[in-house]
Amino acid sequence: MNNIFTNNIKKIEFDALIVGGGGSGMRASLELAKSGLKTAVVSKVFPTRSHTVSAQGGITCAIASADPNDDWRWHMYDTVKGADFIGDQDAIEYLCSEGPKAVFELEHMGLPFSRFENGRIYQRPFGGQSKDFGKGGQAARTCAAADRTGHALLHTLYQNNVKEGANFLNEWFAVDLVKNSKDEVTGVIAFSIENGEVAYLKAQATVLATGGAGRIYASTTNALINTGDGLAMALRAGFPAQDMEMWQFHPTGIYGAGSLVTEGCRGEGGFLINKDGERFMERYAPNVKDLAGRDVVARSMVLEILEGRGCGDKSDHIYLKLDHLGAEVLNSKLPGICELSRTFAHVDPIYEPIPVVPTCHYMMGGTPTNISGQAFTRINDEDHLIPGLFSAGEAACVSVHGANRLGGNSLLDLVVFGRATGKHIQSELKSGGGVDSATKSDIEKSLERLNKLNDSSNGHDPADVKKELQECMQNYFGVFRRGEFMKKGLDQLNELKEKVDNLHLKDKSDAFNTSRVEAIELQNLFEVAESTAISAYQRTESRGAHARDDYPDRDDENWLCHTIYDPISKKVSKRGVNFEPNKVEAFPPKVRTY
Amino acid sequence: MFGNKLKVSLYRYNPEEDKFPYMKNYVIDKPERDIMVLDLLHLLKEEDQSISYRRSCREGVCGSDGMNINGKNGLACITPISSVIKRNKIELRPLPGLPVIRDLVVDMTEFYAQYEKIKPFLQNETTAPEQERLQSPEERDKLDGLYECILCACCSTSCPSFWWNPDKFVGPAALLQAYRFLADSRDLKTQERLEALSDPFSVYRCHGIMNCVNVCPKGLNPNKAIGEIKSMLHKNKKDIIVSDGV
Repeated sequence: MNNIFTNNIKKIEFDALIVGGGGSGMRASLELAKSGLKTAVVSKVFPTRSHTVSAQGGITCAIASADPNDDWRWHMYDTVKGADFIGDQDAIEYLCSEGPKAVFELEHMGLPFSRFENGRIYQRPFGGQSKDFGKGGQAARTCAAADRTGHALLHTLYQNNVKEGANFLNEWFAVDLVKNSKDEVTGVIAFSIENGEVAYLKAQATVLATGGAGRIYASTTNALINTGDGLAMALRAGFPAQDMEMWQFHPTGIYGAGSLVTEGCRGEGGFLINKDGERFMERYAPNVKDLAGRDVVARSMVLEILEGRGCGDKSDHIYLKLDHLGAEVLNSKLPGICELSRTFAHVDPIYEPIPVVPTCHYMMGGTPTNISGQAFTRINDEDHLIPGLFSAGEAACVSVHGANRLGGNSLLDLVVFGRATGKHIQSELKSGGGVDSATKSDIEKSLERLNKLNDSSNGHDPADVKKELQECMQNYFGVFRRGEFMKKGLDQLNELKEKVDNLHLKDKSDAFNTSRVEAIELQNLFEVAESTAISAYQRTESRGAHARDDYPDRDDENWLCHTIYDPISKKVSKRGVNFEPNKVEAFPPKVRTY
Repeated sequence: MFGNKLKVSLYRYNPEEDKFPYMKNYVIDKPERDIMVLDLLHLLKEEDQSISYRRSCREGVCGSDGMNINGKNGLACITPISSVIKRNKIELRPLPGLPVIRDLVVDMTEFYAQYEKIKPFLQNETTAPEQERLQSPEERDKLDGLYECILCACCSTSCPSFWWNPDKFVGPAALLQAYRFLADSRDLKTQERLEALSDPFSVYRCHGIMNCVNVCPKGLNPNKAIGEIKSMLHKNKKDIIVSDGV
């Protein structure tokens, strides 16, 4: 790939362009493929290789199957509480009330949900779920296809995109957004991984559906491809990110390997034990025990380990006990977990407990959007929509998860908001909306990074720099955080910045050059890591997943708000939380106990 | 011969530089603990950036890293090196039978085309109910062993019938999905689906060689699904003859 100039770059025009072929991207594209608008999904992997495929336990939604009296308002209450009260209540209301429609649509598309005897969709209990606004005991609200719900969902969406004739640019990698002089987004610069061809993909609407970035940490449940590409492109274009300090550490990643073990294991009756065989969650969350919020369970596990009650030779993990459930339940309800556990932990859960440890799992923050998926920036402390730019799913922060996401809410998030984004773009473009063109120099600007990498004749080795970055984040921005340590982490990131900007791409070839992709991914990871570190340092309280031992309490007076990270000034400002749902009274903040 | 060393023989081909593909040997210290073949590739790539392969989930659910490992197709991310090392040696080649783009990366166009050909989506044009369509647990059980396919292509690219007729024989992976929809109580296009498969090639090129069953990393059995399709086709043919006779 030689230096690319605007006069020799290919231009392909679309009405709508979706970057990312996971759940939210394909749900949006499905909506648009049916509309007759010229749409394409740009995905760096064949769509069914996207990380949605790894989701296991299910999709949480009040479809009133396990309990005919279930109510989306109860789901809303749980989600607001789970979010530690900084989730936007208008968005959570939309998520929970529209959810059943979106889930039934998936079933109609063919998703092979597990079933109850009466033929309705099977639902299992998950953490943080209650009936009657926390007063009616544990609910079972997570719709499941065994423990392979993400796989079933992603394949169903791909299949229906095939049915509707959607366009895919598979194994194309988006590098940067293109912006015109009015700060409107007019598409992306992307290249074909297969043959290195670079193109300007021009669009009236560009959707960032690029998922999370768990690979900023050394230990994560996330796929290797989860490098926050979309969010990083937005940051580089000068657009803000919201709540980036909020990273979920899933209680049960397989020790040593990081692979996820679904919360559904505890939903089905499994529980955690320390080295003494004690079911310690009884001490930390006396009411719901192992089904407390994920942040609560993860912290309890780390405390057990720190206090010397961890399992194994190094006392550095916890056991998840499932054997008491019996082979029949495990084989029918949790077959994928049995498989993963045998492969990666060398343990058969039918007979022995699985060694697990809290592992980075989910990015609650992201590009701020409204409930139609429209991205916005902040000008004088007010929201201003960014013409042409949209985001949905884990890449976005709409914000339904606030400071801590409930299990099963991510799959619901991506179908509900992928769908809403698709619908909105359709009506906006059909009523004449759109953006102005970009000039040659605008496009040239978006080519700079790629050209610099292609020109590099010396510099730093991407693999080494990536390791340094991941270890820095793991050490200083993990489950527990402290100002003085985070300061060290920030200093280290400052040093890394120079290296990330000067990577050496040794292999300049065009055909399926994965080292070029990995170098750009590393730069994307850095953008996300930096925004995480700066936001985490600024929030001087503990809330949800953000736990600081120098500020152990929640501070509603100062921090009942979102953080907005501005990538240009690298400063953090505050943004109010929405407490104005349309159909119900708002749920006011209260002490969060389980 | 190599003591604590491990010899990795890797298929290399870069269309911009190489006229022909070749096998390149890498000798590395044997890892202290058992690692997966994918981890081994990561180690090699740290030394030699130019090595290309696909990977994503690294836990056997996305189907990216199907390859030929010591002569047998499998997923690199869930194959421990201890299970494949022979005389301190591992040989890694791309999936056989498909064009090679580079190194271990194959062009899967033909494989996906067969998948699309079987109309891999539920077809039910009746008005959908407000809630879900009902399905009994027994009806749903019939989809087990079918819907779990991850489209890694390990099976189809180990099948001599697919090597011979990749354009006309649907292949085990797509036939497994064809049966997944035939077996779904909610799908109403059974007749059309069977008719589309009734030619001499689509299904009938399967000769029960069973390589597909032998290599499937998810433990699925495409051969059994193909057998089910064949008996449905057979019964369908008889039904047509009977109804013609009336």
